[in-house]
Amino acid sequence: MTAVRQTVLEIADLTVARGEHFQLRVPHLEARSGETLAILGPNGAGKSTLLEVLALLRLPDQGKVSFLGAPVRGHRQRLQFRRRISLAMQDPFLLSGCVIDNVALPLKLRGGNREEARQHARFWLERFGIPHLSERQAHSLSGGEARRASLARALVSDPALLLLDEPFSALDPPSRDGLLRDFQHALTPHTAVILVTHDRSVALSLAQQVAVLAAGRVQQVGSTEEVFRQPACETVAELVGLETILSGPVTACEYGLCRVEVSPGVGVEASGESVPGDYVTLCVHPEEVTIERQSDPSRTTARNVFDARIRSITPHGPGRRVEMECPFPLVALVTRRSAELLALKPGEVVSASFKASAVHVFPSRHAHD
Amino acid sequence: MQLILEAIREAGSRLLSPDSDLLSATWRTLQVSGTATFISLLLGVPSGVALALYRFPGRIFIVALINTGMGLPPVVVGLFVMLLLWRSGPFGALELLYTPSAMVIAQTLIALPVVAGLSLAALQSLPARLRLQLQALGASTLQTAWLLSREARLPLLAALMAGFGAVISEVGASLMVGGNLRGSTRVLTTAVVLEASKGNFASGIALGLVLLVLAYAINDVLTRLQQRGRERKS
Repeated sequence: MTAVRQTVLEIADLTVARGEHFQLRVPHLEARSGETLAILGPNGAGKSTLLEVLALLRLPDQGKVSFLGAPVRGHRQRLQFRRRISLAMQDPFLLSGCVIDNVALPLKLRGGNREEARQHARFWLERFGIPHLSERQAHSLSGGEARRASLARALVSDPALLLLDEPFSALDPPSRDGLLRDFQHALTPHTAVILVTHDRSVALSLAQQVAVLAAGRVQQVGSTEEVFRQPACETVAELVGLETILSGPVTACEYGLCRVEVSPGVGVEASGESVPGDYVTLCVHPEEVTIERQSDPSRTTARNVFDARIRSITPHGPGRRVEMECPFPLVALVTRRSAELLALKPGEVVSASFKASAVHVFPSRHAHD
Repeated sequence: MQLILEAIREAGSRLLSPDSDLLSATWRTLQVSGTATFISLLLGVPSGVALALYRFPGRIFIVALINTGMGLPPVVVGLFVMLLLWRSGPFGALELLYTPSAMVIAQTLIALPVVAGLSLAALQSLPARLRLQLQALGASTLQTAWLLSREARLPLLAALMAGFGAVISEVGASLMVGGNLRGSTRVLTTAVVLEASKGNFASGIALGLVLLVLAYAINDVLTRLQQRGRERKS
């Protein structure tokens, strides 16, 4: 049985000025219950300002914010709405006192009775695997333990909207993975989650929806798959980790296949509709690039096959990241095993290929330069 | 040298068998400075907290005023309160001049900027995003102010100590608005001034020692409270 997804928070045509030179603009954003929306953006993109708006702590200069279907306006009503929202940040901000009182705090702020609040808090400490720390002084916890306590505190009030501001960053990888797992188990289906982050791997592992924010503007909103596969512009492509970003004029286009001249005399074929003469940007997903010792045209159906000189090979997670020149720069991700089988070495020339469907094309931002 | 040793010896014997003058001045000191500190705490901490948390027109002006007030010479405060309470002044009808109440008013005016200014600094020393965190956990305006003050309680205790220190040691204002009346508005500091001017150095030293011990004892209690909190925090 799947729960009906309800719109918890919706913002439309929002503008917020911060200082004299910065303005945040969000045409539309929606957080639905049972879903995680990641707001992905670099530092200075306006994430903190947006977070304050989402927490209903800052009213926009223009635009509409509605919470559970009702427009957000007055102060008194905002407190009522705010009490259905919660937040956990990178800094856990535990108050002095023992852990369980910290976790019980949101319930006490809502007028809950102390014993009941502590009971609930104990339940959430257990969910996050730290019931043994309940009587410890909050300031004596390690970084990872404090993060757990802060997430338990954020969930104890059973919020309709949970805001997360990098609560998984700056932790060692095992603690981080463990925390991510426990967090996902702890989520209830009626909670909408908005995760503000600059870390695309966290966005990838948690979010179903992604909104990319850069320079105060929402650049793209869509499903995680869509945003990561089909970035709408170069800024998004860079943020989602596409390294092979090329641009050039379309020289031919027919039957849904375009040819783009990415450097003089070198064409890349891409699926998509375009008009010859258009200037476009394209990106190639690194995991879709195949490397072979020698090209064998009879064995590959890839439209793009290049002789590529290897510039560097670096470890990348469990695999290897291979930087090549063909002669445009191309990055491939291969498994450690294939890198070893092929005995890849810097300086060597190999055959790199990728399908036209592995190339994503969008109008270039330099089109009118 | 002989004079000093003699004076110290005599002071010691006066302390061992305190007379009613000494006891009354000590009691009056505690009463006046304690009340003044308490009132400035009631008014100063909330003002400091409000100034730290809210932006409103005129805020910078008020903060600058408080900062100036932190270094206000007690005699100027004394003069000001004296003018207000003078028989033909605006509050003359209350007949408060030369009473302990007048001293409490003057000392409150001296301690208030100290307490408010240091409370403001105490709250501002907290991480800026802590407030966002508390509000986003559902704290109302008052709850946020209360929780933040609780987090800043150690520097707030320092504000309390500084306020108390400013008034228990002050002499100019007490002398002007209290009049140093024996058994009524004579406090330890004004008594020291009187005894020294009469050449009674032994009495002066005895009174001074009581003042020091008093100030130390109170600050010792507060410091213990503060540092115990600090140990628990780290």
